[in-house]
Amino acid sequence: MNWLTGGGEPAQKFLLMFLAIALFILIVGLILFLVDRPQNPKKWFLALGFLGLPVLGLGFGLVYPAIETIRNSFLNRDATKFVGLDNYVTAFTTPEFLVVLRNTAIWVLVVPIVATFIGLVYAVVVDRSRFEKFAKALIFLPMAISMVGASIIWGFVYAFRPVQGNIQQIGLLNQVLVWLGIPPQQFLINQPWNTFFLIVILIWIQTGFAMTLLSAAIKAIPDDIVEAARLDGLYGIGMFRYITVPSIRPTLVVVLTTIAITTLKVFDIVRTTTGGQFGTSVVANEFYRQSFVTLNTGLGAALAVLLFVLVIPIIWYNVRQLRLAEEVR
Amino acid sequence: MTTTPQASLPAQTLTLNQRAAKVRRRLSNPWASGIAIVLAILWTLPTLGLLITSFRTQTDINASGWWTVFGKIFTGDANFTLENYDTALHGSTTNLAQFFVNSIVITLPSVVIPISIALLAAYAFAWIDFPGRDWLFVAVFALQVVPIQVTMIPLLRAYVSWGIGGSFWSVWLSHSIFALPLAIFLLHNFMKDIPRSLVEAATMDGAGHVKIFFRVVFPLMVPAIAAFGIFQFLWVWNDLLVALVFVGGRPDVAPLTVRVAELSGTRGGQWHLLSAGAFISMVVPLIVFVSLQRYFVRGLLAGSVKG
Repeated sequence: MNWLTGGGEPAQKFLLMFLAIALFILIVGLILFLVDRPQNPKKWFLALGFLGLPVLGLGFGLVYPAIETIRNSFLNRDATKFVGLDNYVTAFTTPEFLVVLRNTAIWVLVVPIVATFIGLVYAVVVDRSRFEKFAKALIFLPMAISMVGASIIWGFVYAFRPVQGNIQQIGLLNQVLVWLGIPPQQFLINQPWNTFFLIVILIWIQTGFAMTLLSAAIKAIPDDIVEAARLDGLYGIGMFRYITVPSIRPTLVVVLTTIAITTLKVFDIVRTTTGGQFGTSVVANEFYRQSFVTLNTGLGAALAVLLFVLVIPIIWYNVRQLRLAEEVR
Repeated sequence: MTTTPQASLPAQTLTLNQRAAKVRRRLSNPWASGIAIVLAILWTLPTLGLLITSFRTQTDINASGWWTVFGKIFTGDANFTLENYDTALHGSTTNLAQFFVNSIVITLPSVVIPISIALLAAYAFAWIDFPGRDWLFVAVFALQVVPIQVTMIPLLRAYVSWGIGGSFWSVWLSHSIFALPLAIFLLHNFMKDIPRSLVEAATMDGAGHVKIFFRVVFPLMVPAIAAFGIFQFLWVWNDLLVALVFVGGRPDVAPLTVRVAELSGTRGGQWHLLSAGAFISMVVPLIVFVSLQRYFVRGLLAGSVKG
């Protein structure tokens, strides 16, 4: 029965996979069959049939663990003693963690703004051009790639070779420096700029998202508004500043907040490139390290709760802006 | 909403001449074209560099930059090889073929299960008028706020105590649950756009909710299912955190991302393995993405704009 919980040969894994899907279909089929039996079923009975599984899943997989984690954040490292706010105090006062908080703040400020700005500019310049579709696909493609893959792609751009004898640079960025007559740099190690070189990776990924949404918003600006502005003598930058940007403001807010939330939880990039060393760690990476490497579950839980608390105002702002936008209409 | 992609309608009201003039104006602006070209190159070069590198021999990679191959192609000195992919897939230290299988085995159920459950839930929220419906829907919607980090340690403990710690079951369950709030919300958005008359007509004919779900609603939901399916597929295939936490220590279960990230740590300088490994992990999502991009964009717009 070992293969039921483990790996084994590829054939066994695929068999297990089909078994799991079949089991799932069987359960859902049985529930639907029971729901369909009575002639005039009560509403709550129907709701139970259709919503029983998801509510059970969400209760077990999100609600209960969230409450448990909040409780753990007030306990010590192996959850045996109540320590009050000690974990939060550690997270907010230790120098090591202050760097982590500072880095997270830089990420959350820089990534949404730069990605949205580049995405907006690109959406405007390729709008209705002959190569629009192809041009967009190029920017869009990084969205399909895992952050692990993106980190390796950029890790190679940043690759560093010490200057000695005949050794050639193999990383593009350092080669550019050499061509310009500047000595090559260890981009991922030299503080504090290494954080910015990591940030570039997430900007590279998220710009496609910003561009797609903003491009759709730009196309939805009514042509009569654009024509009227033309008659009033608005072109180029003026058009962009006074017509395009105000018209797509609600989408801009959605894009900025969505990217901010993604950025807040960024883990893969830091983990794959530096592992959080050289002063590049962020809250999500520190959460992982405390919870699963140093096994300080109390502190890990406090960091997870911190992420939770930081997400809420961003989403609140987002929902409020959307409400406002709908009222205006 | 002001942001739905209805470009075709207003565009049609312009005459052809006007449109042509517009396009010409756009292209004739050298600044705009310049910015577009520079950005497109910046966004493409890093990937292109690693792709070329993955086909070069180990000695070549370490001797010179990938950009030198362009010159070498002209002089006929360029050497390309598939050996890196062979080593990465079947070499005893990397063995990515095994992880490739794991990625597939993890991903398929983690896409099928949450979509099916979310479809049923979305149907109930849209078409079954039960007491407490609005309240429950808001609760499910609000759960999108919960970062998955908050759930991990308690979930891990639960899985271990059930005897499924480190197994495929733990990743399938986790991914399925984490996807539900967004899936239910998105599919509900599509579901409530189905004309009420269609569902009412079926009820008049004496069809129960199960029958209406399969005969009337499901066929109309296929594009929405495709949109969210691609979303969820990319999310699960590309995920690192969930896999690392629940099955990170099990090479017979862990997916490609876990292994490739590990290689990046332990064999950071071995670009012949890393480049090939990265592309092995990226090829499936790239194919899915390029071939189904239309649905993906639709899902993206529906998900983040309707809010």
